Amino acid sequence: MPLVLRPKLDDTLPIEAEALRPDRLASLSLNQVTAQPVYHGNRRRTVGDCFVCEGDPADGEVVLEGDCRRVKHIGQNMTSGRITVRGAVGMHLGAEMTGGTIEVEGHAGDWVGAEMKGGMIRVRGDAGHLVGGCYRGGAAGMQGGVILVEGNCGNEVACSMRRGLIAVGGSVGDFAGLNMIAGSLFVAGGFGLRCGAGMRRGTVVALGGTAVAPALLPTFRYACRFRPQFMGIYVRQLRQWGFRVDAEAATALYARYCGDLVGLGKGEILVREAE
Amino acid sequence: MTAARCVVTAATDRWARTAAEAATGYGTSVIGCDAEAGIEGRVEVAESPDGRPGYRCLFFAFSRDALGKAAVGRVGQCVMTCPTTSCYDGLPEAEKKMKLGAALRYFGDRHQVSKRLGEHRYWRIPVMDGEFVCDDELGSCKAVAGGNFLILAKTQGAALAAAERAVTAIDVLPEVICPFPGGVVRSGSKVGSAYKALKASTNDAYCPTLRGVVESQLSENVGCVYEIVIDGLTLNAVCMAMRAGIEASVGEGVVRISAGNYGGQLGAHHLRLNEVMG
Repeated sequence: MPLVLRPKLDDTLPIEAEALRPDRLASLSLNQVTAQPVYHGNRRRTVGDCFVCEGDPADGEVVLEGDCRRVKHIGQNMTSGRITVRGAVGMHLGAEMTGGTIEVEGHAGDWVGAEMKGGMIRVRGDAGHLVGGCYRGGAAGMQGGVILVEGNCGNEVACSMRRGLIAVGGSVGDFAGLNMIAGSLFVAGGFGLRCGAGMRRGTVVALGGTAVAPALLPTFRYACRFRPQFMGIYVRQLRQWGFRVDAEAATALYARYCGDLVGLGKGEILVREAE
Repeated sequence: MTAARCVVTAATDRWARTAAEAATGYGTSVIGCDAEAGIEGRVEVAESPDGRPGYRCLFFAFSRDALGKAAVGRVGQCVMTCPTTSCYDGLPEAEKKMKLGAALRYFGDRHQVSKRLGEHRYWRIPVMDGEFVCDDELGSCKAVAGGNFLILAKTQGAALAAAERAVTAIDVLPEVICPFPGGVVRSGSKVGSAYKALKASTNDAYCPTLRGVVESQLSENVGCVYEIVIDGLTLNAVCMAMRAGIEASVGEGVVRISAGNYGGQLGAHHLRLNEVMG
């Protein structure tokens, strides 16, 4: 049976729960788990003070049930194991993780997978700003792994992304792919302003077509219409993961825009086109 | 021997086949070619790495270095040059890897793009019809080459028909290729030669026109011999292919099935026909 945690405090103070990592908890007893430190507001407390705990930590899976919107840093730095959140979750979910899987059945806050290096995060609802992004002052955002968001995301998705894959089933806000270094961002819905600003390399794919395509900066230059062969590999993999993307996206025609020419200019924005 | 497998895909079956045939051409024997090569089979769209039609190609060479060079050369000159193709590693689980896209990427002249997905790294190389996508590395494994059997028949027509049946039966089997043209060898060879410079020469014991002047293995009623050579990823695959080929070859006009044993001087594996046939 997995380790199951239910928030028991009914207030508005955030809980910082870096301790909630299945790889660390797997070697502890249930009593030791409840004694793990967390911050409730500015007070140091324990997991047992903030959550009802039951189950077997050695299972390698942690399940959070209930409203965890105020619970932050879940899965931060995790290396293996599985976290399932049956509800909404707070900020910094899976930040800097290097392995394992996180699945959120509701919405997630800002900084989902910020600077992560491996593993997979799946959000069934919406996510906030800076998905896969870079903390202020950092050199790079996400450097590996996969983030799948079935709903919408906020601003600065894939900010300074270095490697990895982000796929968004809904829309993204402003500055998607800001200062992107490499990696791939797939968006099925619409875009906000300034998509790809400062992009060095990397790929942003507008799967939804010209109707919801980003309004491009003047520093992006149209190249051609073509059928990118790498799309076949990525679409196939996304569909295997259960991400909603039509099979025809693999062989569709895309308009390619190269940029951002204010910088290195080796990035691309691919906008799906009708045949 | 060391082997590698590529999966070549393209927009249509025609172009995938064209690229596969070109990449596996001039690949009959390592005696004179950089590798032994052949098309292993078709890849259905549902199983293809990118959802497009494709073919699996096998390459065999004496060493991984030689194999790596051959693979890069063949993919670079025969697959990348062919319209709409991509090339993927067909042995992703292999422990030992060789550079493929990692070597070909320089053709992109700094415009190439690396994409990492899971354990795979792909190179997207800009070309005139869009892009050529290639796996960074190719897996390699120890393999078995030179499995063979000889079809001895009364006439050329009977021998050829038997050989064609054998190759048709082997064609559908996984993990094997028959690297010679159409899968059939008409100029089977023996080790050594009267000429010091040659490593191999005509298998005179099986040449019908020399019966009577050499120590022939042919009876009076044998007018033609064809050899089927099989390379495979495993000994078991080669044995199964030999068995399927021999069973299919038996028919009208076939006098005997034999095999080249080269005095036991060639190869680590000795496949005895009576053991292969069970």
